[in-house]
Amino acid sequence: MRQIKLILLGLAAMVCVLAALDPSPARAEEDLAPLVAILAEGGLSERAEAIDALAATGDPRAVPILEALADGALMVRKADGAVVIAKTAGKVLALTDPVTGVALAEVASGALDKIKVNNRLRRSIRDAVGALTLRSKDTAVRLIAAKSLFDSADPESIEALEGAIGVESDSTVRTAMERALAASILASDLPEDRKLAAVTTITALGGRDALSVLTPLANGEDAVAAAARKAMTAINNTLALWDAGQAVWYGLSLGSVLLLAAIGLAITFGVMGVINMAHGEMVMLGAYTTFMVQDVIRTSIPGLFEWSLLIALPLAFLVTGAIGVAIERGIIRFLYGRPLETLLATWGLSLVLQQVVRSIFGPTNQEVGTPEWMSGAFKVGEMTITYNRLTIIIFAMAVLFCLMLVLKKTPMGLQMRAVTQNRRMAGSMGIRTNWVDAMTFGLGSGIAGIAGVALSQVDNVSPNLGQGYIIDSFMVVVFGGVGNLWGTLVGAMTLGIANKFLEPYAGAVLGKILVLVFIILFIQKRPRGLFALKGRAVES
Amino acid sequence: MITRLLLNGLGGRAWIVLSLLLGLPLLIVLLNLGFPEGSALHVPTYAIALLGKYLCYALLALSVDLVWGYCGILSLGHGAFFSLGGYAMGMYLMRMIGDRGVYANPLLPDFMVFLNWTELPWYWMGFDVAPFAFLMVLVAPGVLAFVFGWFAFRSRVTGVYLSIITQALTYALLLAFFRNDMGFGGNNGLTDFKEILGFDIQADGTRAALFLASAVAVALGYIICRTVVGSRLGKVLIAVRDAESRIRFLGYRVERFKLFVWTLSACMAGVAGALYVPQVGIINPGEFAPANSIEAVIWVAVGGRGTLVGAILGALLVNGAKTYFTAALPDVWLFALGGLFIAVTLFLPKGIIGTFAPRFAGKKMGSGQAEKGVALSEGGEVKPVNASAGE
Repeated sequence: MRQIKLILLGLAAMVCVLAALDPSPARAEEDLAPLVAILAEGGLSERAEAIDALAATGDPRAVPILEALADGALMVRKADGAVVIAKTAGKVLALTDPVTGVALAEVASGALDKIKVNNRLRRSIRDAVGALTLRSKDTAVRLIAAKSLFDSADPESIEALEGAIGVESDSTVRTAMERALAASILASDLPEDRKLAAVTTITALGGRDALSVLTPLANGEDAVAAAARKAMTAINNTLALWDAGQAVWYGLSLGSVLLLAAIGLAITFGVMGVINMAHGEMVMLGAYTTFMVQDVIRTSIPGLFEWSLLIALPLAFLVTGAIGVAIERGIIRFLYGRPLETLLATWGLSLVLQQVVRSIFGPTNQEVGTPEWMSGAFKVGEMTITYNRLTIIIFAMAVLFCLMLVLKKTPMGLQMRAVTQNRRMAGSMGIRTNWVDAMTFGLGSGIAGIAGVALSQVDNVSPNLGQGYIIDSFMVVVFGGVGNLWGTLVGAMTLGIANKFLEPYAGAVLGKILVLVFIILFIQKRPRGLFALKGRAVES
Repeated sequence: MITRLLLNGLGGRAWIVLSLLLGLPLLIVLLNLGFPEGSALHVPTYAIALLGKYLCYALLALSVDLVWGYCGILSLGHGAFFSLGGYAMGMYLMRMIGDRGVYANPLLPDFMVFLNWTELPWYWMGFDVAPFAFLMVLVAPGVLAFVFGWFAFRSRVTGVYLSIITQALTYALLLAFFRNDMGFGGNNGLTDFKEILGFDIQADGTRAALFLASAVAVALGYIICRTVVGSRLGKVLIAVRDAESRIRFLGYRVERFKLFVWTLSACMAGVAGALYVPQVGIINPGEFAPANSIEAVIWVAVGGRGTLVGAILGALLVNGAKTYFTAALPDVWLFALGGLFIAVTLFLPKGIIGTFAPRFAGKKMGSGQAEKGVALSEGGEVKPVNASAGE
C-alpha cells in the first residue's frame, strides 16, 4: 500500500514537471477530455476500456487522472456533470480540472458524486500507470514503474516492457524491467522456451518476490513446473539462511536488552552477593527519568530533543545511583549475611517504588519519543536492521566494557574487588568497607538506570516495566555464573538467541518456557553457572 | 493411646491452637446458619466465603513455613503447587457443570467448545470422578515437587539459587497456563462452577461446609507439621537448616530429607488451592504469578518463621489487612504491603509469634539459635554461621 503511495507521489511530481514543459496542452485536452468523460458516464466495463484508452495515449497527463480515480478522488460535479479531482481542504473540497489542472471553485462534499472503482479496475489502473511511466525521463520513476509491473505480472504489459527494454540505457532499470518482463511472461501463455528463460531470470532475482512469482507455476508436470520447483528449492534454501541470520540478529537484540538489565544485577548480586529484587524498579526509574527529561525538553527547549537520550543517560545514572546508595544505607546494610531476608525486604521495596511511580505518573504507559537518528531501518540482503536495536546493541557492549574498565583499572574498582574478596583484610588495609559497599550498590543501581534509558526506546514505560525483567535478569546472571561479567555477556546473548530461535517453532510463550526449563535443568548440572568461580570462594 | 501419642507429640499449647482453629469456625458457621438475616448475631455469607479464603491461605502459609522455617528452603514458587491443586479441583468442578454451560455441551467445557475442540483431551479424563480428582489434587503438585526437588536437591542447589529457580518454575507455569492450547481455559481459567459433590456451590450450606472443611484442613495440616517437626525427622530437618554440610558429613542423605518435606509441603499447598477454588469460584493463571508466592512468604515472616502458629496467624492478619485496605484505601495497600516486607525483615525478624509469644512455637526449637547468628555444635564451641550455610 505504502509502496503504491510512493509510486503515485513520484508520478505526481513528475507529471507536474512534464506539464510545465509540454508545448501543446490544447492537443492533450482534445484527446483526454472525451476519455475522461467516458470514465464518468459508462458502466464498469466502459470505465475499464477508457482506462486502457487513456494508457494508450501515452500522455503523462493521464497519470494523475488515473491515480485520482484509484484513490477515489475523481468525482462528478452534480450541478453540470463535469469531471473534477477533489481534495479535502478543511470542511469543503477543493476542485481541479483533471485535464488542464486548473483550480475550480470549492464545493461542499454533498455536491459531488464519487466515480466508483472496484479492485479489478484498480489493478488495470496500476498497470496503465506502470506502462505510462516506463518511458519517463526520470530513471527513478522508470524503476518504480518496472517494480510495480513486476508485482502485477500482467501478460498485457509484455509489449510495453519489451519496447521499453529496447531503449533503456540505465542497467539497474533494465534489470528491473527484464524481471518484470519475466514475471509477465510466466503469467502469460507464451511458449515453453521463453518461460524457461524467464524462470532463470526470476531465480537470479531470488527472495520472497521471486517465490511469489514461481509458486503458482510449481503445480504441474511440464518442464516449466520442474524448473520452477528447482528454482524455488534454491531460493528457499537461501531464504532459510537469511531467516537464520535475522533470528540471530533478533536474538542479539533481545540479548543486549537482557544484558543491559542484567549488568547492574551482576554487580549487586554477582559481586556483592546482595539479592536486589528492586533491581527492575531501578530500570523503571531510569526509563521515567528519560521521560521527565523529554518532557522538560519538549516544553522549554524543543531544539534539544535529538540530544534528549544523551542528556538522560547521566541523569538516570545519578538518580538511580543515589537511590541505590540510599537503599544500601537504609535497608541492605542491616541484612548482610541474610540473603533470604534481603530478598524479601527488597521485594517489598520494589512494591513501594512501583506504587510511588504509579501515584505520581499514573498507571498508564508514558510516551517516550525516539530521536531522528535512532529511527528507521536498513536492509542487509533479506534482513531488516532497525537503527534503535543497533544502537542498543552497541550501547550495551559499551556499558559492559566501561564497567569492566572501572572494575579492573580504577582505584574504586580495586577497592570493590578487595572488599568483596576479603572484607576484613580490606578493612585492615584502610579501605572504608561501608563506603565501598554503598558505592558498589550505587554503581549497580546506576547502571540499571542507564539500562532504563535504553529500554525506554523498545519497551512500554509503565510502573510495571521492571517486573518483566527481574526474573530474566536473574536467569542471565545465574546462567552466566555469578561474579563474572563475561559470563553475564555470554549468558544474555545465549538466552536471547535461544529464545528467538525457538520462537518460530514453538511460539513466543512456549519458547520462553522452554528456555526457563532449560535453565532450571542447566542449574542442576552446573549449580554455579556457566563460568563458575573456582576454589574456596565457591563455598563461602 | 493415639491421643496420648498426639498429646506428647504436639505439646500442650498445640491444643489451644487446635481448639481455636476448629472452635471459632464452628461458632461462625452456627452464627451464619442459625440466625436469620438481619439479626445482630448473623454472620453474612460473604464473610464465610472470605474467611474460608483466608483459611486456605493459612494452609498455604503452613506449607511454606514447613519448608522455610524448618528446612531453610525459601520457596518463591509455592503458588505453583497451590494453583495446580486449584486447577485439579477446577477441572472436577468444570466437569460437574455438565450441559448447563453456555453452549450446553454435555461432554466439553465451554472454553473447549469455543476453541472448536471436538473431544476431551486425555489429561481431562477421569476428572468427572470425584475421588480421582481429589487424588489428583495431591498427586499433581506432589509429582511436580518431587521431580523438581529431586533434580534441585540432588545437585545441591541451595539458598538464593533455589529461591530464584522456584520463582522461575512458577513463572514458566504462569506463561504455560496462559496459552489457550494447553487446554486449561487460557487467560480466563476455569470458572462458572455449578455444583460440588452434588451440592449447589452457591448455597449457604455448601459454603459453610467448605469453610469448615478448610478449617479442618488447616487443623490437620497443623497436626501433620507439628508431628513432622517434633519427630526425629524434624530434628534432622532443623539441623539441615542450620548447618547443611555438617549433617551431610555426619552421614545423613540430606537430599532425601529435603525431598520428603518439600513434597509433603507441596501436597499441602495443593490441598489449600483445591479448597480455595470452590470458595472463590474461579481459578486462572494469575494465581501462578510469582508475586503471589512471595506474598505467601511474607505471611509466614510476619507471623513468625518456624513457628507454624505464626504462619496461620500471619496469613489471617495480612489478608485481613489486605481486604480492609484494598476496599478502604486502595492506593495505600501496596505501600503497606511493601513496607511490611521491609519492616518485618528489619525490625521483627522472628515475626509476631517468635517475638511476643515464643512458647506457642512448639518445643523451643522453632526459633533456633541460628537466628542469633551462631550455631552451637555438639561440643559447645561457638562458630559464626556464614552467609549461605546459615540460611
